[in-house]
Amino acid sequence: MNDAQLSQGSRKIVIDPVTRVEGHGKVTIRLNESGQVEQARFHIVEFRGFERFIQGRMFWEVPVIVQRLCGICPVSHHLCAAKAMDIVAGVDRVTPTAEKMRRLMHYGQVLQSNAVNFFHLASPDLLLGFDAPISTRNIIGVIEAFPEVGKWAISIRKFGQLVIAATGGRRIHPRLCIPGGVNQSLTIEHRDALRKDIDQIIGWCQDAVKLHKSFIQSDKDLYQNFASFPSLYMSLVAADGTMDLYDGVLRAIDADGKTIFDGVTPVDYGKYLIEEVRSWSYMKFPHIRALGRENGWYRVGPLAQMNCCSAIGTPLADSARLEFMALGHGGLVHSTLAYHWARLISMIHCAEKIRDLLFDDDLQGTDLVVTGHRRPEGVAIIEAPRGTLIHHYTVDDHGQVTGANLIVSTTNNNEAMNRSVTKVAVDYLTGNEITEALLNHIEVAIRAYDPCLSCATHALGDMPLIVTLEDAEGAVIATRVKQ
Amino acid sequence: MIVSPAFEKPRLATVSLTGCFGCHMSLLDIDERILELADLVDLDCSPFDDKKIFDRPVDIGFIEGGCANEHNVRVLRDFRQNCRILVSVGACAINGGVPAMRNTISLKECLESVYLNGFTLEDGGVIPNDEDLPLLLDRVYPSHEIVKIDYFLPGCPPSADAIWAALRALLTGTEPVLPYTLFKYE
Repeated sequence: MNDAQLSQGSRKIVIDPVTRVEGHGKVTIRLNESGQVEQARFHIVEFRGFERFIQGRMFWEVPVIVQRLCGICPVSHHLCAAKAMDIVAGVDRVTPTAEKMRRLMHYGQVLQSNAVNFFHLASPDLLLGFDAPISTRNIIGVIEAFPEVGKWAISIRKFGQLVIAATGGRRIHPRLCIPGGVNQSLTIEHRDALRKDIDQIIGWCQDAVKLHKSFIQSDKDLYQNFASFPSLYMSLVAADGTMDLYDGVLRAIDADGKTIFDGVTPVDYGKYLIEEVRSWSYMKFPHIRALGRENGWYRVGPLAQMNCCSAIGTPLADSARLEFMALGHGGLVHSTLAYHWARLISMIHCAEKIRDLLFDDDLQGTDLVVTGHRRPEGVAIIEAPRGTLIHHYTVDDHGQVTGANLIVSTTNNNEAMNRSVTKVAVDYLTGNEITEALLNHIEVAIRAYDPCLSCATHALGDMPLIVTLEDAEGAVIATRVKQ
Repeated sequence: MIVSPAFEKPRLATVSLTGCFGCHMSLLDIDERILELADLVDLDCSPFDDKKIFDRPVDIGFIEGGCANEHNVRVLRDFRQNCRILVSVGACAINGGVPAMRNTISLKECLESVYLNGFTLEDGGVIPNDEDLPLLLDRVYPSHEIVKIDYFLPGCPPSADAIWAALRALLTGTEPVLPYTLFKYE
């Protein structure tokens, strides 16, 4: 569908830009003369060029620079770059204190980022309705209609941010990692302050799952089918196959859950994955090398994390996952809206991990950094809030970066997001009438993936939305503004 | 300073141009004060809601990010036209920030490095070029080189306390006076 030729009398619908997502995306839909969808594309329209301008910088600067890719998930980039630079620094294993500090920061980050997506960006659709009035379809509207949910939104996000600040000095663009370790341990004061709130946070995450289940019950058919299709999945897992968001090996499975590859170490990512560039988007299209463009695309993120792991490894999240997997009737869960449920389970998992770490004395350890013999190359993979994130750097003898390759989580979902946009367009865009609610349906599909478009393009934009209908010659037939 | 009629709340619009969304995240970091903000102000065009086109005058425009393409420029000018007060928030709006690191390299070389010479590209890649992609600018420009900016709030990002102090002053019609400790230059 994405590369369909236009025929005589076809029309083009533009949604520019998509709102309540992080970053700048645009949708174009081409209809033929009988109103059938001929082509639907989700374009990423900005470009920054981190891979190039990072070249020449010292390798130890990289974790602090590349986190500026994204203000929602700076920690993911900070940690992934640090893990790659551990390897460049000749360090294969950091100290227990260093690893646990990084993990604590990571779990705080995934918790807060998932909270932003679910509560601040997506919950207006889920709680107020896909076609609720624009004036209230936002987080303020949610806070007014559901004060309790507003409290969870603010408190859970705040707690995650405080975990980041306790480990890295501040909430956004923190500084914890240096190649080979970390620059501080956790103070008793910070530990005790976080300990006071963690049980309440876990409880609220569980309450959010309950609330989400009531949304699912309200329209099971919508939940199963909206923007959905069977797909492959990929995520990082621990060596024993359980969920591990910070470190591990790559696993990919097919739509029936059968293994495509497993146990792939980060350094070998290029043997398994390859990226296609399409002229109409700054975001690349990765796929599994052996399966090719048509069949090798896959999905990453919370849904993939749930489908790929054998178990989560923390009790409350595991019990939540068992209930979640029942959606798939013995198979995988392919519902696109189920990303939200999976995201909430991931939040429970992170909160449980944070609680465990807050009672681990290693976090007050003093052995922070390991040194080694420098190497010319480092590859690292982390499971960011939006899924698998890959950083790959080459470094010269002077310690200056000579090359960089970043495959970010949202990029991994590029083909899938395009297919979801296409499916919603086909399912809902019938005839010529464009309604604001229809446009929002397309955006609801995109929001399920929680795309971080500034990460994906290493660029970012703004957000108004205009839709125009053009005839085959490109003359404007109608314009509708979403406001 | 405030233009809304006395019986209406002042209006706030926000936008992220070529930045990382971190300044918007720092705005959310006001935590519980979001409730107070909602009482103080009507949110107009913003990535946090679905209002995408200006249809009335707005009091304050919160600008994150510099300008890296013609679309950024168009949006920034639109903000200037519709907002009485524009505030450049954060390093990217003020001096281009990290994205402006590309200003020392030609755009062609940047694009080639990413789309033709990447480590995992299929068939040698291609440089994206499409009617639906806005034209990139030769370099990344700070906001005040494109339009007049009324206030500058430095930091990468500015802290939530700094953003809150500035916004609250502007929304209540007083001149923002921030203690030095709230400024962070980086």
